[in-house]
Amino acid sequence: MADAVAGRDKCGEPRLVSLPLSRIRVIMKSSPEVSSINQEALVLTTKATELFVQYLATYSYRHGSGKERKALTYSDLSNTAEESETFQFLADILPKKILASKYLKMLKEKRDEDEEENDSDDGSNGDEAES
Amino acid sequence: MAERPEDLNLPNAVITRIIKEAVSSSGRRMGQGRTGGQRGKQVLGQQLYSPTLFSQLPDGVNISKEARSAISRAASVFVLYATSCANNFAMKGKRKTLNASDVLSAMEEMEFQRFVTPLKEALEAYRREQKGKKEASEQKKKDKDKKTDAEEQDKSRDEDNDEDEERLEEEEQNEEEEVDN
Repeated sequence: MADAVAGRDKCGEPRLVSLPLSRIRVIMKSSPEVSSINQEALVLTTKATELFVQYLATYSYRHGSGKERKALTYSDLSNTAEESETFQFLADILPKKILASKYLKMLKEKRDEDEEENDSDDGSNGDEAES
Repeated sequence: MAERPEDLNLPNAVITRIIKEAVSSSGRRMGQGRTGGQRGKQVLGQQLYSPTLFSQLPDGVNISKEARSAISRAASVFVLYATSCANNFAMKGKRKTLNASDVLSAMEEMEFQRFVTPLKEALEAYRREQKGKKEASEQKKKDKDKKTDAEEQDKSRDEDNDEDEERLEEEEQNEEEEVDN
């Protein structure tokens, strides 16, 4: 099992995890409610992160559009975050890219809607005032 | 606590290597038939690993720079999410320290059940490794004791005892350091 992970330590022995434990610990500790982490939990979280990275990459590739070109792109990842229930928690940091022109159009539509709402609000307020 | 936002980033080089491992290991590891046709060529005589990997990217897939940094960010978020879930389990158990079973429960909660088996294997491997290390250091200590005993045969008994105590203290410190790392 140990040599399922490539990467070797100083002695040339296969290592269990490749990601730096210290960095994972920093990330874990940045969560305010966490007080202390046992070493086994740290190793497991690190290992889980490696599995996650591979799973996210392969999942996005398989469900992505770049199979003919043999490419994995950002949009494959953001699609995964949007469409897969399991990867839903990534939606905020992997937002879908849209063209600036499209965004401006969306913004304008939104503003128009808001104005309409405001108009109707005004209207109803006016009615109330009248009655 | 992290002082700078970049402290929460994972090293890109390692992330890239891990992704590539998923790419290049298709020959070494088998997808247990789940990959549906994408299964890599299986090398005879090599041990087949349990479903550590569920599917592999075929060789030579190009991963854009943007995609790589996105995966890296996703990994950081995954750690936070997992920590938070695991912490909930620890709190339910009225424990302050996150332990291995909290992390495993968190994986199930997060719908990453598929990670549980490989993680349990990793945990066993880690425990074996730690046990091996401990035995090795005990063996070393025994050897050292024999050596010092032989050297200090002519010295008084009291001195020997003092030294033993010192050595014990040293060892305790070493153990603490190991945990910190």
